[in-house]
Parts: sequence; C-alpha cells; structure tokens
Amino acid sequence: MDLLDFARGPAIEFSLAVFVLGTIWRLAAVLLLPRRGDLSKAREGAPSRVSGAMGTVFRRMWPNKAFIHRTIFTTLNSYVFHLGLAIVVFGFVPHIQFIHGLFGVSWPGLPTNFIYGVGVITLVSLFAALARRLFHPVGRLLSGVSDYISWFMTAAPVLTGLLATSHLGARYETLLAIHILSVAAFFIWFPFGKLMHAFLFVFSRGATGARFSHRGVNV
Amino acid sequence: MSTAQATAPAFDSQGKLGNEERVEEAMHGFVREFGVTAALHMESCVRCGMCAEACHFYLATGEAKYTPVYKLEPFRKAYKREMGPFAPIYRLLNLASKVTIEELENWQELIYDSCTMCGRCTMVCPMGIDIAELVKEARHGMFRAGLIPERLALMDRTAKAWSSPATPAEDLPDIVEEIAEEHGVEIPCDLEKADYLVTVAPAELGDHTKALADAAKIMNKLGLSWTMHQEGFDASNIGFIDGDTDLQERLTRNIIDTAIKIGAHTVILPECGHAYGAARWEAARWYGHQLPVRIIHMTEFLAEVIGRGDLKVKPIGETGTFHDPCQMVRRGGLEAAPRIVMKALGIDLHELKDTGNLGFCCGGGGGVVSNQRATPLRYKVFEMKMRQVDDTGAKRFITSCGQCRITLDMGAKHFNWDKRPESLLEMVADNLAD
Ligand code: SF4
Ligand code: SF4
Repeated sequence: MDLLDFARGPAIEFSLAVFVLGTIWRLAAVLLLPRRGDLSKAREGAPSRVSGAMGTVFRRMWPNKAFIHRTIFTTLNSYVFHLGLAIVVFGFVPHIQFIHGLFGVSWPGLPTNFIYGVGVITLVSLFAALARRLFHPVGRLLSGVSDYISWFMTAAPVLTGLLATSHLGARYETLLAIHILSVAAFFIWFPFGKLMHAFLFVFSRGATGARFSHRGVNV
Repeated sequence: MSTAQATAPAFDSQGKLGNEERVEEAMHGFVREFGVTAALHMESCVRCGMCAEACHFYLATGEAKYTPVYKLEPFRKAYKREMGPFAPIYRLLNLASKVTIEELENWQELIYDSCTMCGRCTMVCPMGIDIAELVKEARHGMFRAGLIPERLALMDRTAKAWSSPATPAEDLPDIVEEIAEEHGVEIPCDLEKADYLVTVAPAELGDHTKALADAAKIMNKLGLSWTMHQEGFDASNIGFIDGDTDLQERLTRNIIDTAIKIGAHTVILPECGHAYGAARWEAARWYGHQLPVRIIHMTEFLAEVIGRGDLKVKPIGETGTFHDPCQMVRRGGLEAAPRIVMKALGIDLHELKDTGNLGFCCGGGGGVVSNQRATPLRYKVFEMKMRQVDDTGAKRFITSCGQCRITLDMGAKHFNWDKRPESLLEMVADNLAD
C-alpha cells in the first residue's frame, strides 16, 4: 500500500469514524445534561421557545450595526474564510466526486480556476485571522494551544490542496496523499477543539434566543 | 495561555476555609446547577474576542483583561477538567491544570469589580453566549469560597439579619411613617389584606424617599388597595448579585410569601433593575411552578395605567434622553414601557447613540455601585455615558432604576456635570393631571 492508498483508505476512514463518534459524544454529553426549565410566566405575546431560538440562530448570521464599526475586521474576515471554505469544499469537482463516493449524492461543480482563486483568498484570510490572534492584545490573551491547533488544522488542507492542484513541490500523488492526510487530521481534531462550533452554534445561539424571547427581548 | 496573569491583587476573603477547600467550593458552586444552556455556552466560544468590543469596561480602558469571556477563565479551565465531555482526557494528559487559589483571588476583580452582568456582550457574540449568566454562576462559586468583595459581603450579612442590606425589617413601619409625614402622603404599611404589595429598593428608604412617596401618591390617586409590609419589602435582592443563592431564595420568598399571605394579586417592584431580574425572571424557580401572583416593574405598571387611561399626566414638553437599565431592558424585555410613559409626558425623546437593548450599562450594576474598590473604573465608564448624553443635546436625562440613578449621580458629581439623572416615576408623580 503506498502513501496515497493509505491516505484514501484507512486514514480517511479512521478519521471519519473519530469525527462522527467524537462529535456525537461531545454533543450528547452537553445536550443530555439536565434542562433547567424557565418557570417564570412568559412575556405577553412572546413567541414559542422554538421560534425564539430560531430567530436568534438566524439573526446572528448578520452583524449588528451597533458593533460593526468596531468588529469590522473580524466580521468581514470571518465571512471570507467561512464562505471560501464552503465554496472550496463543496464546489471543487474532485471533492464532489469524493462525497459522491461516500454518500451517493452529487451536484454540479465550479470551474477549477475559480476554485483555485477562492482557495488563495481563503488562505490569505486565514493568515489574517492568525495575525490578529498573534498580535491583537485581546486575540493573544484569549488564544491557547488548542486555538492554534484549530487554525493549523483548517489552514493545512487549504494549503496542501492548492499545492496539489498546482502540482507544486512534489509528485502529484504525493501532494494528493498529503492533502488527504491533512483532511484526515482535520476530521480527527474536529470534535476536540473549537471547530465543533460548526454544530454548536445552532444550540448555543438557540439557547440564548429561547431564554430571552421568553422575556420579550430580541437578542 | 496562563491564567495566572490576570490582574494586580485586589481581593477580599471571608470565612476560615483553607485554600484547597476554597477552590473546591468555588468550582462546586459554579457547576452546582449547571444545565444544558450553561454547558453549551462554555463549549461554544471560538475565542474571537468580539465580546470585548461590546463591554464598557474594555472600551473605557482598552485593557484586554476586561474581555468578557476572559473573566470566566479559571472557571472555563475547571469546567474542561472536571465536567466537560472530554474531562477524563484533560485530566489524564494534564491538558488543563488545576485552578489555584491565587487565580481565584486574582479573578475576583474581573468577576465582581468589572462585570455588571449587563449582558451587552451577548448581543455581539457570534455564538450568542450569555456571559453575564455565566458570570453569575461564577459568583455562586466565589461566594461559597468566601471570595467576594468585602463591601458586598457586609451587605450580605446585613441582609441575612435584616431582610434588607440597609433597613431592619421591624423598623419599616416607623421609617415609612416618617417618609409619609415628610412628603405629606399616606403610605399604608403591614395591612392584613391588599391587592397590591408595593416593594422598594434600599435607597427609597434613604436617599430616594421621594420615589417611595411618589409611588404612594400614584397608588392613592388610582384608589387601589395596596400596602407595604415588613415581612417582604426590599426587592433589591443582594443574593442575586453577590452569588449567595440561599439568601436570594430567602429574600425572594419573603416577598412572594407575603404577597400570597395578604391576598395580593400583584407585587409592584420599585424602579430597580436587579429587583426585576430576581423577582420577575428567577423567583419561580424557587417555587417549582409559575407564581400565583403577578410581578410587575414600576415602569411597566405606569405604562399600563397610563395606557388604559386610569392615570392622566400633564405634558412636560421638553427634550429628554433615556438611560435603559440593563436588567430591565436588555435582560428584562421592558424597552417599550418607559417610552410609552415618556410619550404620555410629552417628552421629545432624543435617543442615545446606543439605546434600548444595545444601551451601555451605567457601570454600577451587579453590585459594582456598592463596591468602592471599583470607583475609578466606574468613573471611566460614566464618561462614556456622559458623552453620549451630551451628544443628544437633550435637556432632561431620565432613567427608571434607582441603582443606575445612584451610579450616574456619583459620576455626575465627580465630573461636575451640569446634568443629573431623573427618575421617570418621580417625573410622572410631579406631573399628574388633576
Ligand atoms: S464573542 Fe463569543 S465566541 Fe467570541 S470570544 Fe467572546 S464569548 Fe467567545
Ligand atoms: S455582562 Fe456587561 S460588564 Fe459583564 S462582561 Fe458582558 S458587557 Fe462586560
């Protein structure tokens, strides 16, 4: 078995198993904790808890104009790399073929050159996020090893993917194998660090939305 | 990142617990009532730092240590190590070290002096994390550990003895009689039966007696059956603020049980934000079911009786701006009520730049007003509010929380400001139509 076979086979399978089981474990461990129901009488005209929760989940997709002048960098930069990652992951034809192999679903892909451009922008944006973490006093204070690992696990597949697509630095098969291994590493790390926010954000925002819509506040 | 770097030592301690016991009590108190929401919020932070941009303490000082989520750092560490989904791995590999007494002592300033539990940071957080609520949980731990600012501890001890941090319960009838005489208004006290139980915050029996007299004037004008009662009169609830959950429950029960005893259908809370948080939104948890009495803030009450046409006011016809008390508005849902009242008063409202749910805290909430150690920090925050008020060009500066009023008043005096915060209730009482 060569490196590429290993990456495509056991490595990615193992990483997906860790990803799925770890994610379920982390979500279950939190969501199965006792629920402290709110026994206070709801504000007259308050929406149901579910619609209050959903309201906040969606409202938080957009920045609040009261803060935007102070959070413009983080807000814009976060949009750029989140959207960039989504486009690259779900728009690149080989990725769609890979997903088709796993789940049997597929959709039309985007032109490779376009994906390449988006990949470069995403990588630049991720480096900008890293710079902020390293140099802004608040970013520096809040960041620990786990945050830097999460950054690395996200940036590495983008970088290796770009190298593989442009056949830069080594044989294509080797570059592809390294790219797939970096994706496997991403999946393995996912449940343990803050990458989990990809799932948690719904519950976290929703819980706050439910708490405050009950009181008649749109948060 | 080390959690030992927080801040210059500025802490008090109470009781005789050993250091290890204190740490254990703090952590136990923190997670004691941990439910899904608190755990979700501990889990979801992406460390983006945006919450800093919403917090008046960070904005006023530019110091990174005032970043909201950083105020929870020792508790986050303990949560990961002791309670999180991967706690055994954290312990096995020692990925999160044990919290030390020094860390807790250092963090007292961040948890008590520089968080007013105002919830503004929740409005910016992309994960919607309710940091103010987590700070409250952290205070539960700090209280049990005997690590709270001495000023709050003193108020706690007094409230345990007197049911109020400022007034002995048995003195209430005499004090109320004096206030009634001074202001020429009738204030019923300790009636056996009444429809409304009217409560106060400590200042209304001290510096703000006019507010109590004005509440009486309005209740009497409406011809309602009401009383104050020494068994349940102070709604400010220091336990809600300092982390003493047992006292919070006791003070809550004093009020609700008294209302039930006298057959009241409604408890009217004073112009006090924390009273609203404690009684309106948290009281039911101690009873295990919805309360059999209605809890209503004075401003909400005024908006209702004015809206129904039961109470008529004369228009003032001046410009004014309004400071939204956090516990009442952002965390309580009463943004509309004061505006209804001001409209009836003919106030030409010039809103602050940051208003309603997004308004800045006065800087004194969460007990910070009583914590003299925090005075310089409070003044810095006040300057932000002062600038926003001046920018509106409004003549009157109005609010509907006595604690905010005290904080803003202290700031105004310190800076020789030409404005003083006014009570909305007093404004209504001064402008009743005949
Ligand atoms: S804004 Fe929210 S997610 Fe970002 S650091 Fe603060 S608490 Fe964490
Ligand atoms: S609740 Fe208010 S004072 Fe406390 S950290 Fe958040 S914004 Fe700052």
